[in-house]
Amino acid sequence: MRRELRLSGFGGQGIMLAAVVLGRAAVMYDHTYAVQTQVYGPEARGGASMAAVVIDDNPILYPKVTDPDLLVIMSQEGFEKYGANARPDALMLLDRGLVHSRPDCAYIEVPATDDARSVLKKVIVANIVMLGALVAATGVVSREAIERAVLDQVPKGTEDLNLRALRQGYVRGEEARR
Amino acid sequence: MTFTDWLRADRLPHIWCSGCSNGTILNCTLAAVEAEGWDRDRTVFVSGIGCSSRAPGYVATDSLHTTHGRALAFATGVKLAEPSLNVVVFTGDGDLAAIGGNHFIHACRRNVDMTVVCMNNLIYGMTGGQGSPTTPLGALSTTTPYGASEPAFDLVALAVAAGANHVARWTAYHVKELEKAVKTGLETPGLSFIEVRAGCPTNYGRKNRIREVTDMADHFRTRSMLKTKYDRLVAEGKPVPADAIVVGEFVRRANPAMGVAP
Amino acid sequence: MTRIEFMQGNAASAEGALAAGCRFFGGYPITPSTEVAELMARKMPKLGGVFVQMEDEIASIAAVIGAAWTGKKAMTATSGPGFSLMLENIGFAIMTETPLVIVNVQRGGPSTGQPTMSAQGDMLQCRFGSHGDMAILALAPDSVQEMYDLTVKAFNLAERFRCPAFLMADEIIGHMRERIDVPDRVEVVDRKPFVPGRLPFEADDDRVPGFPTFGQGHHTHVTGLTHDARGYPVTTDPAMHDALVRRLVGKVEDARREIADYRVTNPDAEVVFICYGAPARTVRQLVADRPDDGIGVLRLRLVWPFPEHALAEFPNARAFVVPEQNLGQIAREVERHVRVPVIPVSKLGGELHTPDELARVYEEVRAR
Repeated sequence: MRRELRLSGFGGQGIMLAAVVLGRAAVMYDHTYAVQTQVYGPEARGGASMAAVVIDDNPILYPKVTDPDLLVIMSQEGFEKYGANARPDALMLLDRGLVHSRPDCAYIEVPATDDARSVLKKVIVANIVMLGALVAATGVVSREAIERAVLDQVPKGTEDLNLRALRQGYVRGEEARR
Repeated sequence: MTFTDWLRADRLPHIWCSGCSNGTILNCTLAAVEAEGWDRDRTVFVSGIGCSSRAPGYVATDSLHTTHGRALAFATGVKLAEPSLNVVVFTGDGDLAAIGGNHFIHACRRNVDMTVVCMNNLIYGMTGGQGSPTTPLGALSTTTPYGASEPAFDLVALAVAAGANHVARWTAYHVKELEKAVKTGLETPGLSFIEVRAGCPTNYGRKNRIREVTDMADHFRTRSMLKTKYDRLVAEGKPVPADAIVVGEFVRRANPAMGVAP
Repeated sequence: MTRIEFMQGNAASAEGALAAGCRFFGGYPITPSTEVAELMARKMPKLGGVFVQMEDEIASIAAVIGAAWTGKKAMTATSGPGFSLMLENIGFAIMTETPLVIVNVQRGGPSTGQPTMSAQGDMLQCRFGSHGDMAILALAPDSVQEMYDLTVKAFNLAERFRCPAFLMADEIIGHMRERIDVPDRVEVVDRKPFVPGRLPFEADDDRVPGFPTFGQGHHTHVTGLTHDARGYPVTTDPAMHDALVRRLVGKVEDARREIADYRVTNPDAEVVFICYGAPARTVRQLVADRPDDGIGVLRLRLVWPFPEHALAEFPNARAFVVPEQNLGQIAREVERHVRVPVIPVSKLGGELHTPDELARVYEEVRAR
């Protein structure tokens, strides 16, 4: 099945990294197919950054995300630019503390930045918390795959922190499923 | 062997005008290369476009006659790709200082291990005598019919400031000194830049009252001032003639260089 | 054997180049191609190769040409404005028969245009951009896999024909990441060696001379001037110039059938899409979405020399539809060769044609 994800936030949150990790998890460890794209340019640094991932069991032909069924939104500006028009049957994970609007589609409030700050003591891993919540709530890639992909992509010495962030995200994702 | 063994007999006669200094400068360079004992099979001459840039075509080695202004960039590729090759670049004032100015300063900055001989005749010769970035203020050319109104580049100062390890200036009159300077250049790791004031009776001399070849030689002889003397005059606060051609070695140093054969 | 990777298109091009034997990279940073240079900067020294960041794109290709004459396989990568700057020296490489590869990750132009957005606006520039008559080789990848595979192929073609070969990528394919099967080893073609005793620019029956590598005692003179078989300038002999230019063009153009590289889908189709690069992904999606329609596709992997004979593989074609991220550059080439309507589907601005957009065009054309 083809799944289309869009991720948005502000520059520095690691939106691009999250998208790359997700695609890598699908291809390298779930042995499916994925295409990751992103918006480049100065707008992506200061303002709303956006990345997209298509995941499919079959080879992916059209590589772009046009109307995502999964959204990960980590800033208010990102919501307005890339989340507000989400289709009605989409599912959105949003950072509870940073996104004030709520969409018309189903959504899960994830305290990703709050958890990163208060539980993990490193606000920089909010994106990884979000990834954990996404995986736990949707199963878009397997837990084993996302863990290995995270370990591939993060700087040496931060592996434990990132795995804890991922697991904190799992907890948030599981809460939402209940 | 003598320096004539470095010439392609089947390419002569050359295209240079009678009285042109380029042949003299080519001979001095080849004499230095020969004296240095360089292997013809392992030496590459590179040039851009212009009268000066025809020189590699007369040399019996591998030679790369490239596009206008870009000789140093091509030569950088040759030397970095194969540092065991010896690289000499012939260029001119238009080629080097106008269209190739950026490559000039960056080649000096990289301090690529090669020797660059600039035949500076103060004019675009090949295209018929237009003003160049080294045409002196007031000098006549086909594009400065009322006298050059732009200040000229000091190529030597440029090369020193940009980082070349060896920089010298002579004229085509100073054949012994020139040969020695080129030889020093060949021996100096890093970029060696040698500006040679060259006579162009056809296009520069004719318009600027240095028409005869002997007049050009006299001009070089009488206007030249050794750098040591120039430095002394400056130190003493004494006047230096505005048209003095300061000759000699301006720098020789051992800053980090690129493309030096291991 | 292959190894699965999740890789960016630009990185795949650099990896392909290294696999093909590239050992010299000269470049200058420019979006959206910079990742090629960055990867080369990291990897080249470890392989005993040379990476140099030059002062501009003119110098970059100049250094690449210089390196090629020492026998190295050499490349540069650039985009839009940088490609424009390279054009004069591309002509020099053609005239001097210097093998090299140029990756052009196309962005929106003219001028500075859209640095981060995709385009295919340089397809005619690469073919005709330098002055004078010429022929070149140009490949257009539509996947990360092809960024790798066709970079390898570009090197092999460049070496075989002693001619610049272009990987005419686009921002979409260059920047996206996807699955790629990296082969253990690739087929590598090396340039034909020079046979001592022959003249340095004396061509064989294939009209390609052996390569007299610098530093081996051949004493070759290489000039951008019109030259004879010795390499010596001969600039006012009309017959000499005529013969040289016809040889340089003919050695590439006359091989078009043999080296053609395209994919045909549904040759019985009445409506045929011709595509290359990123828009080919949309066309493939359209065909997959509508399996019963038998939509014809001619997907070009090698765009130049243009495989005009491939058009005859669609004997029932009533129309050719050509979606491009330009105002119809290859559509114009197709028009030269067919008598049925050629319909460009031009999309500017950087976004990829969507399957819906092409479906609408398809239905409209089919109804005619």
